[in-house]
Amino acid sequence: MTERSSTALLASKSIYRRRLINRIVQSAFLFASLVSTAALVVIFFTLTAESMSFFTNVSVIEFLTGTKWTVLFADKHFGILPLLNATLITSAIAVAFATPVGLAAAIYMSEYAGKRARNLIKPVVETLSGIPTVVYGYFALYFVTPQVLRGLIPDLGIHNALAVGLMIGVLILPIVASLSDDAMRSVPEDLRLAAYSLGARKYQVVLRVIVPAALSGIVASVILAFARAMGETMIAAIAGGFRPILSFDVREAMQTMPSYIAQVATGDAPHGTIEYQSLFAVGLFLLLITAALNFIGIRVVRRWEIRY
Amino acid sequence: MGDQVLKGEGDVSLKRAATRRKVLDGLVPVIASIGVFVAIAFLVSLLLYVVVTGAGRLTPTLITDYPSANPREAGMRSATLGSVFTVGLAGLICIPLSIATAVYLNEYAGNKWWSQVLRYNIANLAGVPSIVFGVVGLGFLVYGLGLGRSIIAGAFTLAILTLPYVTVVCVEALRAVPDDQRLGAYALGATTFEVVRYIVLPRAMPMMLTGGILGISRALGEAAPILVISGLLFIREDPTSLLSEFTVIPLQLYSWISRPQVAFQQLAAAGIIVLLAILLALNSLAIYLRQRFYRRLEAG
Repeated sequence: MTERSSTALLASKSIYRRRLINRIVQSAFLFASLVSTAALVVIFFTLTAESMSFFTNVSVIEFLTGTKWTVLFADKHFGILPLLNATLITSAIAVAFATPVGLAAAIYMSEYAGKRARNLIKPVVETLSGIPTVVYGYFALYFVTPQVLRGLIPDLGIHNALAVGLMIGVLILPIVASLSDDAMRSVPEDLRLAAYSLGARKYQVVLRVIVPAALSGIVASVILAFARAMGETMIAAIAGGFRPILSFDVREAMQTMPSYIAQVATGDAPHGTIEYQSLFAVGLFLLLITAALNFIGIRVVRRWEIRY
Repeated sequence: MGDQVLKGEGDVSLKRAATRRKVLDGLVPVIASIGVFVAIAFLVSLLLYVVVTGAGRLTPTLITDYPSANPREAGMRSATLGSVFTVGLAGLICIPLSIATAVYLNEYAGNKWWSQVLRYNIANLAGVPSIVFGVVGLGFLVYGLGLGRSIIAGAFTLAILTLPYVTVVCVEALRAVPDDQRLGAYALGATTFEVVRYIVLPRAMPMMLTGGILGISRALGEAAPILVISGLLFIREDPTSLLSEFTVIPLQLYSWISRPQVAFQQLAAAGIIVLLAILLALNSLAIYLRQRFYRRLEAG
């Protein structure tokens, strides 16, 4: 079908016209592919511009070292540390949950499951990252905290960092499982066979050959998952509470950086006020941290790709 | 193991080590399968809890009624329409852009340095937290360009948010088209555009649409960026134009979840069932298209 119509087309148009069309399409497509780069530029400049006006009112030192964040109160303090601390704690809990579970799932999928079982299991595990995060927030607030975690820790708050961390852990589990699975499956067959020929049992091949060989891929998956965890908003906003307190007690409510942004967005922060500008300062800070983590993660993946 | 045979089987410690290895060999797959089990258990318990809580409240009025302070009368009509308009428009912007980007990267640019830079930027864009897209949308689209807290501002934000995901799938689709078909067309004197139009795109299209649908289902579940752009609104009318204020299903759910009454929790659960059902339908469609893609590739 296509062959015939294209032959007809080739015959009907002069070569100059066809080349011209090709040129025009090429430029149009180049233009389209520049959109993502333009978007990055817009993101960076918008955040920086509004943050500049924020930092004319607030000193950078206070922002980075202050331990009180009371922007939405009458007596305003602008120390990001409570928000940063909460973000790091919930993300650390998430990674502490997702790494062992995700790695175990990856080992099972790549080394033990048959092809059929794998084709069934992998999409199911990946479904976990396709569920809207509002749904996870709901599940954390009304099921995980009151019906599961309260049984283990009776004095747990309704809003608490532990449930938020665990739920984000479930959300990022597919990232760890899927990327680690890919990393382990791309370990060359030679290494496996060499280990078997030395008389190793399967578990020894898996734990002492495959996992170490895929280690940089696994580490990269954990770093990327950590970056994803730091940016998670709705779970923290629903189940974590809006309480910007510098605390290390995971049984308490804590406000993360994205959750602060969500709180300001929920309320009323008129254009041009310090509350409005603080959105951009927090956003920029969050972006810089996650971008650094992603940069490291991608670098680690690259290094590992070169090795084989 | 070789040592073991040479030194004789009487050695107790060697025998014990061999038994230990045998036990471990059986144990490791069991431990590893626990990882899979935990993941599936979470998914199943989440679905069960939502269905048990929300099934009783699942009525047609949930979609046809406007939100209300009375949980018995409340529905998510305005949010459903808002989602359809916002996500639909985002898809119309994002899918053609992604296809064009993927075609440029894979068919025109080859491995030149700027193509590497573009790829790297797409990877970076995928790493930007979704809430940051919302903040930038608020500063740049809502106030900077003066679009207001409108459907079009939300749609543009979602389009750029999903752009990297859809582009990656489109590039994969193009890579899966065998090179000999391209080379055959080039050998007959076709221009790159003609190769793309008549050889590559017809074969890659189902997989690209799969990417588009996955992007749409991701956009449909996003609450954070829309929350920043639209605020948490109580809307009791249908959107009339692209500049209307709006809300979306995940935000409507968020506002119900934040209320303490049990009736609103049930309402939220019912809304979650609807949202998950839509996502399930979209993903099934995506899987169907992907299978068609591979069948079409095999047919040549």
